[in-house]
Amino acid sequence: MTVQQISVFLENRPGGLAEFTKVLSENNIDMRAMCIAETPDFGILRIIVDDVYNTMCTMKEAGYICSVTKVLAVEIPDKPGSLLRTLTVLGESNINLEYSYAFTTRKKDVAYMILRVNDNERATEVLTEHGIKLVDQDGISRL
Amino acid sequence: MEHYYQPEIECASREDILKLQNERLVKQVKHVYDNVPYYRKKMEEAGVSPEDIRSVEDLHKLPFITKDDLRDAYPYGLLAVPLKDCVRIQSTSGTTGRRVVAFYTQHDIDLWDDCCARAIMAAGGTDEDVVHVSYGYGLFTGGPGLNGGSHKVGSLTLPMSSGNTDRQIQFMCDLGSTILCCTPSYAAYLGETINEKGLKDKIRLKAGIFGAEAWTEEMRRDIEKSLGIKAYDIYGLTEISGPGVSFECSEQTGMHINEDHFIAEIINPKTGEVLPEGEKGELVFTSITKQAFPLLRYRTRDICVLTRKKCSCGRTHVKMTKPMGRSDDMLIIKGVNVFPSQIETVLLNKGYAANYQIIVDRINNSDTLEVQVEMTSEMFSDSVSEVSRKEKVLVDALKSMLGIYAKVKLVAPKSITRSEGKAVRIIDKRNLYQ
Repeated sequence: MTVQQISVFLENRPGGLAEFTKVLSENNIDMRAMCIAETPDFGILRIIVDDVYNTMCTMKEAGYICSVTKVLAVEIPDKPGSLLRTLTVLGESNINLEYSYAFTTRKKDVAYMILRVNDNERATEVLTEHGIKLVDQDGISRL
Repeated sequence: MEHYYQPEIECASREDILKLQNERLVKQVKHVYDNVPYYRKKMEEAGVSPEDIRSVEDLHKLPFITKDDLRDAYPYGLLAVPLKDCVRIQSTSGTTGRRVVAFYTQHDIDLWDDCCARAIMAAGGTDEDVVHVSYGYGLFTGGPGLNGGSHKVGSLTLPMSSGNTDRQIQFMCDLGSTILCCTPSYAAYLGETINEKGLKDKIRLKAGIFGAEAWTEEMRRDIEKSLGIKAYDIYGLTEISGPGVSFECSEQTGMHINEDHFIAEIINPKTGEVLPEGEKGELVFTSITKQAFPLLRYRTRDICVLTRKKCSCGRTHVKMTKPMGRSDDMLIIKGVNVFPSQIETVLLNKGYAANYQIIVDRINNSDTLEVQVEMTSEMFSDSVSEVSRKEKVLVDALKSMLGIYAKVKLVAPKSITRSEGKAVRIIDKRNLYQ
């Protein structure tokens, strides 16, 4: 059970991110979550949106290099220790986490973690076994 | 007082030099025609036979040879003696994947060393000097050339090679180096570092012989001041022998070409027509004493002017100005010849588009090379480590092709300026040519 993340190549220069968000704004695209991984020269922007197809078409039309990656979205209680529990399950199952980021929604008392792991299927299996709730793409749209 | 290594040649009359050139040229053309099928074919195609070349005045009848010929004939196609008679190979950049390899007999090495010895003595060197060679040693001709010249002069030779600045300065102080040989940008860097460390009182340098890259009069003054020396220019190219094809004397107004070994011509780079003395054009060399790898009318692509005005140093050989530019797109970066076509070859091999830009700069007296490449969908990934890994593959491939480090900068698609559909490829911020 995965969600689709859009990654976008951005040059590391003043105004680069603003230009990008302007395109989103003009096309009425709402971001659920966002994270930037940066190097001295460029950044990789990762976003979670409701309508992946529409957003990809918009990005490509605007000339951005982008790609879609399947990642996991877990819903965890918004309280100390709940992320630890998720990570412990992954670690004990020898699943490597490449990156992750968090977001919250209007829904009270829960937070969401995006997890990029080396084995989505196996991660879904072990997290579900341990009663950790995963959200799929439809679930994201309903948030 | 002016020092000469071979005064009888260096100060010979024009008539004597011309006589020597005529004899040697006739012999060389025959040697090449008899022993190099590639040359024989070229000459036959041009409708010229060895009998047509009776003196330097007939030189213009011979076809030119270019870097493309060297590529086509790689590696042995222009060799004029049996391989067993060769004792050395040196190498320089080619325009694409293949490098240029030049062969030397022991005789060729001796004459090359003589040329470098003349340069060292023109810079005031004697057997009492300590010659500190910070040119790279290896396939690059800089180190081996000045090293050989220094031996001929009888100077104490310090074969430092390039890099490790702290050790360079330590040896310079401890062993009393008096003549420094390196690229001008490295000399400027050494000068700066020595002054920063407050070691100027500890060094005994009196002169420097700097070449393998373009430098300005302003740089010369800076280097002379920071190191407390007189700075001399030296010129050469692997295809013809290496450093020492020409060198500066005490007058510092151009470099004397060793005319007993090399005949220089200036041509119009577009038409190939020979230009009269004093006109600016492309420098062409004919090596008349080389045995293993003798090039006739080799187009250097360097733009300069020749002059026979009487020189106060007493030498009679023709003088060339510093190269004022190139008639091709070759760049000299850290003393290494770089062709944009080499970079393009690597990019295409590694799956990148041919849209790229080369940015050359000089920061803290050191050349920098940056290759900006437009990101493509194929190269992109959501993972920084994956993109960095691909970037490193490209950096390694460029290093392997060029011999120097190039920083790769991935930029957004369509962000590289295009003029008439073709990218503007080179931005050289150094302003080296005056």
